[in-house]
Amino acid sequence: MKIAIASGKGGTGKTTLSVNLASYLSETFNVTLIDLDVEEPNAGLFLNGKKILSEEKFKMIPEWVKDKCTLCGICQEVCNFHAVIQLGTMILVFPELCHSCYACSELCPVDALPAKQKKIGDLTHYKINKLNFIESKLTIGEEQAVPLIKQTVEYVDSHFKDQIKIYDSPPGTSCPVIESVKGADFVILVTEPTPFGLNDLKLAVETVRELNKKFGAVINRFGAGNNEVIDYCKKENIPVLAKIPDKKEIAELYSKGHLLYKEIPEVLNELEKIKTFIFNEVKGGVK
Amino acid sequence: MKIVFTAKGKEWNSPVDPRFGRTEYFFIYDDEKNEVSIANNADSSKEAHGAGPKTAQKLFDLNADVLITGNGPGENAATVLNQTGLKIYVGAGDMTIKDAYDAFKNDKLPLFKAKK
Repeated sequence: MKIAIASGKGGTGKTTLSVNLASYLSETFNVTLIDLDVEEPNAGLFLNGKKILSEEKFKMIPEWVKDKCTLCGICQEVCNFHAVIQLGTMILVFPELCHSCYACSELCPVDALPAKQKKIGDLTHYKINKLNFIESKLTIGEEQAVPLIKQTVEYVDSHFKDQIKIYDSPPGTSCPVIESVKGADFVILVTEPTPFGLNDLKLAVETVRELNKKFGAVINRFGAGNNEVIDYCKKENIPVLAKIPDKKEIAELYSKGHLLYKEIPEVLNELEKIKTFIFNEVKGGVK
Repeated sequence: MKIVFTAKGKEWNSPVDPRFGRTEYFFIYDDEKNEVSIANNADSSKEAHGAGPKTAQKLFDLNADVLITGNGPGENAATVLNQTGLKIYVGAGDMTIKDAYDAFKNDKLPLFKAKK
């Protein structure tokens, strides 16, 4: 079973929910938590894990071989991203724009643009008691998160079969989020009861509906703000799986990097509700 | 000398487009022949990625001596333009083309320097 934890708005509590839900479930089940917010992974701040392994991740980009090139111009014609540009007698490659589609490399009649490896990030596997935790971190200066997210999901799929997988997704609704959410059996949208929370929740709902995903909302800091999020969920028939209360005690524990459910019974109770709902919704998901 | 402006319109009193990669037009003035011509760049607005290098490539094909624009090209476009020997002047983002030309003639526009 794969559960993606996403949100339109940043800072609503995706990571808080991810680490707590993953740790809680790992007390009973085999669970892997994957931090897919590769531009700024932070789930590791809450988990004191033992490092099991670390590996570099690469993408393939073309490299111009001047001596072979006949300046036919096919490479720049087939590039949808203008990552290959012909200037007079020169071919320029822009690695940050390249989407590793290999079109220029494959279609070059004289093999003058062979694909070469470029490092995009590091994947690290940690173990915290029974919980497996995978963190991928994008290399500084690298612009595209999607290739690293994709490789991380593939790594997890091939190494951790028959586990509950929890994806801590990036915020927003753009390509990195789609990549994180598209393989999930269920999406939890974390929101907060504020006008900003509502506005971005609506965008996230549109996105997951477009992807035909089963989903529900979790309202964090419940009790702050107003009732608009609850009213919206009711109107749109979106199940509200849990309401995590707005409490100073929670903020304090969070700021120390503690897991909440171990110290606050209300949070444990809400996690239990989420688990029950999703296990009912995603049949045959737990082995 | 061939001077190219990033432009939001096709007239001397049209505003300079402060953007490089997604400029609507190139307003091209040849001050030796006193001739104006226009190159349309509107299709760059459809590009999700790589508008800068693509526009820079178009500019390369125009064989200009001077570019006058607003914010200056981004890093990718600058990489292309660095290969051309083109002189790039910035800071004309809130001027009309006419005013930008006068400012250029009076050495009032700063020269753009690429980071690399």
